Amino acid sequence: MIDPFRTDLVPLAILGGIGTYAARALPLLAPGVDRLPAPVLTYLRLIGPAALGAIAAANIFVADGAFRVGPEAVAVITGAAIGRWRNSLLVGMAVSVVVVLLLRATIAA
Amino acid sequence: MSGVVASDLRTARRRLAIDSIGIWVLAIVIGTIFGFTAREGGLSLIETAAFSSILFAGAAQFAAVGLLAVAAPWGSIVLLVWLLNARHFLYAASIAPHTTHLPRRVRAGLAYLLTDEAFALTSAHIARLGRFDLAGGWYAGASIFVPWNLATIAGWLAGAALPEPGTIGLDVMFPASMAGLAVGLVRDRAALIALITGGAAAIAAAILINPSAAAMIGGLIGPLVGIALTRRGGETR
Repeated sequence: MIDPFRTDLVPLAILGGIGTYAARALPLLAPGVDRLPAPVLTYLRLIGPAALGAIAAANIFVADGAFRVGPEAVAVITGAAIGRWRNSLLVGMAVSVVVVLLLRATIAA
Repeated sequence: MSGVVASDLRTARRRLAIDSIGIWVLAIVIGTIFGFTAREGGLSLIETAAFSSILFAGAAQFAAVGLLAVAAPWGSIVLLVWLLNARHFLYAASIAPHTTHLPRRVRAGLAYLLTDEAFALTSAHIARLGRFDLAGGWYAGASIFVPWNLATIAGWLAGAALPEPGTIGLDVMFPASMAGLAVGLVRDRAALIALITGGAAAIAAAILINPSAAAMIGGLIGPLVGIALTRRGGETR
């Protein structure tokens, strides 16, 4: 039975949080960020689509250390395309869930 | 506020609110799983809540609990957490040029909430408005912080009663949200190239190096290729 009020690992959460917060805060608190050269600002602007696309791609195309195109990849790409077309993230996520369920049911049948 | 009329702001905030619904659902589902996983891993309710509220970084929290379960030393856990969350440096750097007019304490507060999802919502909001909206920034951060922490506690208390997310298709919600927000940020050829090459680099990194390095490598390489390939044609905006 776990004591719900035990605090032994709270310092570990704090230690992890310190480095995490530093990564999030340093660029936001650094002076002169708005005076960076134009190419650097363009680079920073492109981080959004690149990093988010990277997270999605690594999630859906890699399984057990190997490249794989499965129902999840088809569902996520379909959802992203429809979400873009309908201009709605929510619609895209809902489509992804429905498509993956349909594909898994089809494969299992 | 220059160049942005009130109706544009209202429209953008409405879009932000609608987009955030999916993020709320995502945070509730994954947060619940984390709460349950942490309890299974032997963490107390207070310790579990501390991970979600202080560390506040989903993938790193799961990794930490996994390492605790195999009795890994604290030093290696902390190092892994920091490495996993190093990508947040890129997020902050991307948003920073839009926030320099804000007081330092406000930026310090916003930084605390800067997760994958908050960055994605904030970036899309900035792209729609052409500037940073402070209320929108706080809302984007709260859209993950509040449900994540409430769901963590709920998951610790009652997670075993919930169905496996994969059985109802909810396991694709995280990549679907990241992909959906990524394509929403594509406004020109440079961004499209950055997205595609960032994704390709991430896949290669996940296979050849480590899945935890994928986002960082994709986020670093994608913009470089996007700029390089469009500079020849004279278009980077």
